[in-house]
Amino acid sequence: MRVTRRGFTALGAAAIGGATAIGGTVLGGRPARSTEVKLTFYYPIAVGGPITKIVDGYAKRYSELNPGVVIEPVYTGSYQDTMTKTLTALKGGNPPHLAVLLAVDTFTLYDEDAIVPFDELVSSEADRAWMRSFYPAFLENGAIDGKTWGIPFQRSTPVLYWNKQAFVEAGLDPERPPATWDEQVEFAKKLTKRDAAGNVTQYGIQIPSSGFPYWLFHGLVIQNGGHLMNEAGNEVYFDTPEVIEALQYQVDLARKHGVMAPGIIEWGTTPKDFFERRTAMMWTTTGNLTNVRNNAPFPFGVAMLPARKRRGAPTGGGNLFIFKRANEAERKAALGFVRWLTSPEMAADWCIATGYVATSPAAWETEAMRKYVAEFPPATVARDQLQYAKAELSTHENQRVTKVFNDGLQAALTLAKTPAQAMKDAQAEATRILAPYR
Amino acid sequence: MERSIQAIYGWLLALPACLLLAAFTHWPALASFLDSFWSTPKGRRPSQFVGLDHYRRMLVDDPIFLQVIWNNLLYALITVPTSILLALAMALLVNERIRARGLVRLAYFTPTVLPMVAAANIWLFFYTPGYGLLNQILTAFGLPDTNFLGSRDTALWSVMVVTIWKEAGFFMIFYLAALQAIPPVLEEAARLEGASHFVYLRRVALPLLMPTTLFVLVNALIGAFRVVDHVVAMTQGGPDNASALLLFYIYETAFRFWDTGYAAALTVVLLLVLGSISVAQVRFLDRRIHYR
Repeated sequence: MRVTRRGFTALGAAAIGGATAIGGTVLGGRPARSTEVKLTFYYPIAVGGPITKIVDGYAKRYSELNPGVVIEPVYTGSYQDTMTKTLTALKGGNPPHLAVLLAVDTFTLYDEDAIVPFDELVSSEADRAWMRSFYPAFLENGAIDGKTWGIPFQRSTPVLYWNKQAFVEAGLDPERPPATWDEQVEFAKKLTKRDAAGNVTQYGIQIPSSGFPYWLFHGLVIQNGGHLMNEAGNEVYFDTPEVIEALQYQVDLARKHGVMAPGIIEWGTTPKDFFERRTAMMWTTTGNLTNVRNNAPFPFGVAMLPARKRRGAPTGGGNLFIFKRANEAERKAALGFVRWLTSPEMAADWCIATGYVATSPAAWETEAMRKYVAEFPPATVARDQLQYAKAELSTHENQRVTKVFNDGLQAALTLAKTPAQAMKDAQAEATRILAPYR
Repeated sequence: MERSIQAIYGWLLALPACLLLAAFTHWPALASFLDSFWSTPKGRRPSQFVGLDHYRRMLVDDPIFLQVIWNNLLYALITVPTSILLALAMALLVNERIRARGLVRLAYFTPTVLPMVAAANIWLFFYTPGYGLLNQILTAFGLPDTNFLGSRDTALWSVMVVTIWKEAGFFMIFYLAALQAIPPVLEEAARLEGASHFVYLRRVALPLLMPTTLFVLVNALIGAFRVVDHVVAMTQGGPDNASALLLFYIYETAFRFWDTGYAAALTVVLLLVLGSISVAQVRFLDRRIHYR
């Protein structure tokens, strides 16, 4: 039955394809050059700004620089939508040639046998040097079996934002953000304000926990000397002491020290809470930098996340992938486009236009980038934090394992379970899901 | 001869509807049923026959499934009667000769015409801790600030309130139509007999509204198991699945986890629930409902 259905679709596609080809020759129009390669490029939008215009501009510029290659960018919604559309197109036998997708979805694409590793695409020594030119932390999530499946493109990392005015009011040095976990609690206590009735009017700190609490929490885990998964993506370490301790710390911020709102804190309204002075410090992505710069009604600072045993943060954001279905010429053209898009000049341009972290050290050495950094020094904080960064949580069955972990975190944050119990349950469930991959 | 041509005409006329129904309703339902016995195919792992494994997993291995079923039952048990009672009360009110009747009717119906995402955004603001409308009111009265959507105890209830607010106006329209279809002579006769307004309502109006109530009830019940947009827009099922409902769980399983085999099995469960509500309608209620 399955074979028949697939065969039927293929037949239909062939018929339509044939008709188009005949139509093309008979009806004339612009005769397609035999060497012309057309590439479909799916991309999501996850930050504010005129992204569509920028990406369309890039595609056009590349085609002008490289006659014979036409890039067709297709805006495909959020990361989630883009993944859904890509996998649907893949199952229909018509995936894009290239796509920007979450770096953590690499395992999913790999398990679907959808993508080709870049190691198989590159040929020259220059190509191989290019593959080594990125910050290693950004390459981690794209590596499986010792090969590189995704090239970093729109990448981010979480940082701490603080309200300098609130620091002054609390008698703290406005130029010195907390550098350690203990300082973070101590500062937050001073920054928490209560009204006469004892209700909190301004919290010291906010670490959002809705939707994807695992991401910011992963920062706490790395700082505490732990990690969440192995490189092969088939084992997780949710119930290790480092993780449980980190979770206890996040729970305690709200429940013991009373310096953070109890319960689940909404990711989306966190910047607004910061502007409204509901919180004096917040953890969120560098992607919000431009937003905060434009909307904060007070002077603010950007800092690396505080340290415990070490500094630490997860990476985040999207990689570029090339799909297996593309033929030899298309793969070659796609590689050319990816190389151009991630070249130092373009990476710098993309960073300045969007707020994402430029992905290679060389990009930060470009003229444009030097100028940008001179004007807006906080832009470098994320880059400097990269040396402490690790790959974000990504495994086989990634979305499902991540959800199990998120549920565990939320259970602890809402006091339904103790941190130890929540992590023990999450570990058991994740181990069960990952069993077929070991 | 004549008759067979008539028959062909008949079939041709029915053909478009048959094709659409078969392509978009019957075939997907049947395919889901068949797929639910197969494991999810992956590029590197072809699909395998797993028999009733998915169903066993639901009952034994999947606490989230049991939780979404429980959540959904609670959701239906609370929102359906409440919104029906509210709809009835609103319909009775705007059926009277009150001032600015048109305006009141419009006000009651507005939530229904608002797109769900817009409505959810309004309510997100109402529920926001700290400076959200509800919390501003609470704190003005010296009550503690509540994180409505972020606490396990309140998240599902907060979603229910939005549902009731949105559905009641819709059901009101049915009641209003039914009330206006009651011949005025009945009320006059009741008055002449000396019946009070309350007695008229209880003995005359409500029994005459029963077919409408049953119709609304069935639709509301089916609707309660088909909710997904409220949850997506407001809580994403959180915290820790406290506000996840069945259809939302199916969507997540199918299009986030890409576990299409298991999602097919879950869909069969949903179809069974919806099917049994419909059967109940046909078997027990249809005789008493007059659609026009």
